[in-house]
Amino acid sequence: MSVSMDALPGSSRRSRQHRRRWTGWGFIAPFMVVFAFALVVPVGYAIYLSLFRTQLIGGNSFVGLSNYHQAIEDAKFWASLGRVALFLVVQVPIMLILALAAALALDSARLHWAPLYRLSIFLPYAVPAVVASLMWGFMYGNQFGLVASINNALGTHLPDPFSKGLVLTAIGNIVTWEFVGYNMLIFYSALRTIPNDLYESAETDGAGAFRVIRSIKLPSLRPAILIATIFSIIGSFQLFNEPNILKPLSPNTIATYFTPNMYAYNLSFAGQEYNYSATIAIIMGILTVIIAYAVQLWGTRKEA
Amino acid sequence: MKTPHRMRTLPKRTTALAAAGVALAATLAACSSGGSSSSSGGATGNASDIAAALQKSSTITVWAWAPQTKDIVAAFEKQYPKVKVNLVNAGTGTDEYTKLQNAIKAGSGAPDVAQIEYYALPQFALGGSLANLSNLGMDSLKSDYSGAVWGSVDINGQLVALPQDTGPMALFYNKSIFDKYGLTVPTTWDEYVADAKKLHAADPKEYLTNDTGDPGFVTSMIWDAGGQPYKVSGTQNVSINLQDAGSKKFTAAWNQLIQGGLLSPISSWSDQWYQGLANGSIASLVTGAWMPGDLESGVAAGSGDWRVAPMPTWQSGGAPATAENGGSADAVLKQSKNALAAAGFLQYMNQGAGASIFANEGGFPSVNSVLNSASFLNDAPAYFGGQKINQVLSDAAKSVIPGWSYLPFQVYANSIFADTAGQAYANKSDLDAALKAWQTSSAQYGNQQGFKVTSN
Amino acid sequence: MAITEQAPASAKRHAPRLARTSSRIAGHGRSRKSVTLTVLMSLMLIYALLPLFWLFVNSTKTQGDLFSTFGLWFGGHFALWDNIRDTFTYNHGIFVRWLGNTLLYVVVGAGGATLLATLAGYGLAKYDFPGKRGVFAVVLGAVAVPGTALAVPTFLLFSKLGLTNTPWAVIIPSLVSPFGLYLIWVYAQDAIPKELLEASRMDGAGELRTFFTVSLRLLSPGVVTVLLFTVVATWNNYFLPLVMLSQPSLYPLTVGLNQWNAQSHTVGGQAIYNLVITGSLLTVVPIVIAFVFMQRYWRSGLTAGSVKQ
Repeated sequence: MSVSMDALPGSSRRSRQHRRRWTGWGFIAPFMVVFAFALVVPVGYAIYLSLFRTQLIGGNSFVGLSNYHQAIEDAKFWASLGRVALFLVVQVPIMLILALAAALALDSARLHWAPLYRLSIFLPYAVPAVVASLMWGFMYGNQFGLVASINNALGTHLPDPFSKGLVLTAIGNIVTWEFVGYNMLIFYSALRTIPNDLYESAETDGAGAFRVIRSIKLPSLRPAILIATIFSIIGSFQLFNEPNILKPLSPNTIATYFTPNMYAYNLSFAGQEYNYSATIAIIMGILTVIIAYAVQLWGTRKEA
Repeated sequence: MKTPHRMRTLPKRTTALAAAGVALAATLAACSSGGSSSSSGGATGNASDIAAALQKSSTITVWAWAPQTKDIVAAFEKQYPKVKVNLVNAGTGTDEYTKLQNAIKAGSGAPDVAQIEYYALPQFALGGSLANLSNLGMDSLKSDYSGAVWGSVDINGQLVALPQDTGPMALFYNKSIFDKYGLTVPTTWDEYVADAKKLHAADPKEYLTNDTGDPGFVTSMIWDAGGQPYKVSGTQNVSINLQDAGSKKFTAAWNQLIQGGLLSPISSWSDQWYQGLANGSIASLVTGAWMPGDLESGVAAGSGDWRVAPMPTWQSGGAPATAENGGSADAVLKQSKNALAAAGFLQYMNQGAGASIFANEGGFPSVNSVLNSASFLNDAPAYFGGQKINQVLSDAAKSVIPGWSYLPFQVYANSIFADTAGQAYANKSDLDAALKAWQTSSAQYGNQQGFKVTSN
Repeated sequence: MAITEQAPASAKRHAPRLARTSSRIAGHGRSRKSVTLTVLMSLMLIYALLPLFWLFVNSTKTQGDLFSTFGLWFGGHFALWDNIRDTFTYNHGIFVRWLGNTLLYVVVGAGGATLLATLAGYGLAKYDFPGKRGVFAVVLGAVAVPGTALAVPTFLLFSKLGLTNTPWAVIIPSLVSPFGLYLIWVYAQDAIPKELLEASRMDGAGELRTFFTVSLRLLSPGVVTVLLFTVVATWNNYFLPLVMLSQPSLYPLTVGLNQWNAQSHTVGGQAIYNLVITGSLLTVVPIVIAFVFMQRYWRSGLTAGSVKQ
């Protein structure tokens, strides 16, 4: 999340009064204390745990990096990682393109009742992931749920959303539903801040709507898109709530290692492999940082 | 956005901070190590010590999900006003075990008494988390239970829990559907498979039963077929053989249902399952004796239609035999600071007046005295068309095959069932091979955890 | 998604002043309305609202109608009021308890998170101090570690401190909002002119007093936006309380509802899907209302805060 490193203020290096040198700490100290307690220490503890192995028989022993070695050779871990990677390259672009299109439509001033659309499409963001998953889980029922109702009413043969080939899509749909309006709003907010004179000069040049989108709006949106992409990547890597809540409905197609987060969760909570679970968590954290950083590099390089 | 040189500082700082975190965490861990489990310890005493403890002021926390527990607690508090019972529903089955396991790992926060299913008991017993009730003189209660039930709570010579409900299996069927399609109530598994074919052929929306793969059901069916796939000796040596004769008998029958598409693809206990039971598209269930209460509350529309029959047998004219499916016991945790009062409550709940309350409110008890009582046997609920179902179920309780044991890490093994064996149900493929995959994964976990697992 | 709280910020360089934004609406709004665009957007609107419509429709059904009638239209018997009453009274009104817990976690958690983030973001924007850059890297870097997977270490840590199974176990972690900090930081840079702070100092006001009397007022749109997002995050918080709490009387709505849903998996447990659905509706309604009514504030905060860089 280095996206905004250049937001770092403090360009002014001119010396201030000495007493004010530490005043800033006064403001951030409360945050940092809680932050250290709730995040930094657990991360440190996870790293510590990842260097040990506790067996049901045999107790606790220091094993160095052997848990990391095990993870690298763990087919289940790779399967889960592959699944979220697939999710990421399919769901994230679809969601962001939909969000972008909606934001451009809202901004175009050519839409009837724009505020209605803006609020309605954003609303699913307010629905807790638990409620969203329960709700979609009911609707996905192909025996007696909504899918079945539709099949009966229209004589269609909609496939089972929980079947092997479709379950990831079904989950992607829930996530898209939850977050498309949220991303739309971010893009829309960024569009609202494009200076008027840019439009005016485009108008003088006689540029059409699509030309304005291509040469003014999209370039101005680039930083917003970059940020939304990075947060969506983090979100995809941490995919957990939706598949975990849907698992009882479809145990055979949502494995205990469906996503890395579910794998880590089940390792520790079902298998009591706390150490290995912590290892997976740390690896995922490192991977996420690397990928987010790479995306940012890629995004800024293109800009340059 | 284009200040990459600033970025380079990130990894270094993060590392430094992480290192600080490690140091802190290490200190923390050092301060309170050894909280997890100890093999010795636990309270000792006898019946009079327990009776004395119940007359002293104390508070005990009980984790249980059985709905009858609430009334049992109320009756208990009335009789022993000095003991306050804090009843908590910390979740059902695995949800509760997760919390229990976490509390045990953390060294505090576990309840005094916890409800634990039989299949999960060995795991907690092995971790040394449960008090040995023999030290409180409770092994004298043995004669009140059937051998199979007692065998499930007597683990490695330690009495780790008192049985509450049991689940001897029986066949629950929807008589109106059986009548409508001219099905006979199966007495053998061959007839059962034939009924499944006949029903589904008559109406493709009808299924004899639903099954998407359930480890509890599979292990119980193997048990019923005389299999003993899990053997445990001592605390460390485990053998797994899901290819034994019993397992093969079961898979031979079930493969016909799986591969013939004769199982309704609905997971048990889901919203769609209740609906399928209510609208008759799931015509029967092979399950534990605790099922009547669930049918009555969850499938009200089926009232009057359902009946209970003994388990089909594996050979025509074979002696009645069945297995346990589900069912749970209650244990006193070693963390308990009021183990005597907790044990007193345990006994009241499962042996004393509590056992009757439990049975009266639809639970299927384990104590012989209640199981054999006339009022229990003569109960003829209207939901089952006035059938005296407890006679069938009580007979089932007597014909449970003894000698079964679960893995000392069965909770985990069951959690990965869907990943492995469940694939046969999803792909309509060979269950036998899928069970083998389950066996391999279970054995692998066992070995990682320090057991000596033989798997063939 | 595990990240319930994402940065409401988008970055843009060379931001214009707000005034310009509003002035362009007039000039830009001359275009004619497009029917095609409206139809296309209506599809998205249906996509967004259909599940919510389903939720409402099914809250009006009895347990029986729930499964036997068409999912997207009302059943024979309009049972919404019965369902609402049953939801509030079932199991001695535990739902009310969960609602109260959720409110507590939201007020203390989201309120505290907003306060801490505002103070810290302001401190970072307006002061130079040693270690500032490290603070930034660490705070934003920690976001990438999956919270779900840190649950066990956090749980073990908290239980050693005797915090598990208390409201604090839920509240303390939700006090940290790195994105809130980021947003305020970015927002404060432009919203508070340096001259104003200097003037206040000239008048002899202390730093804290300057913050409360001068700066906070200028920051308020940003603060409301952060509040909105932290409220959503804490209202929707599921995983953390699930792990930390074992006493149902401490559950927030999300965990409670899922327990009701799981209750049907219980031997002897009652299947209460109609209450799960009605409870879900009741969980969604307050936050939707908050969205609608606070719209004016958070939109301006988002627009203004999204641009400064």
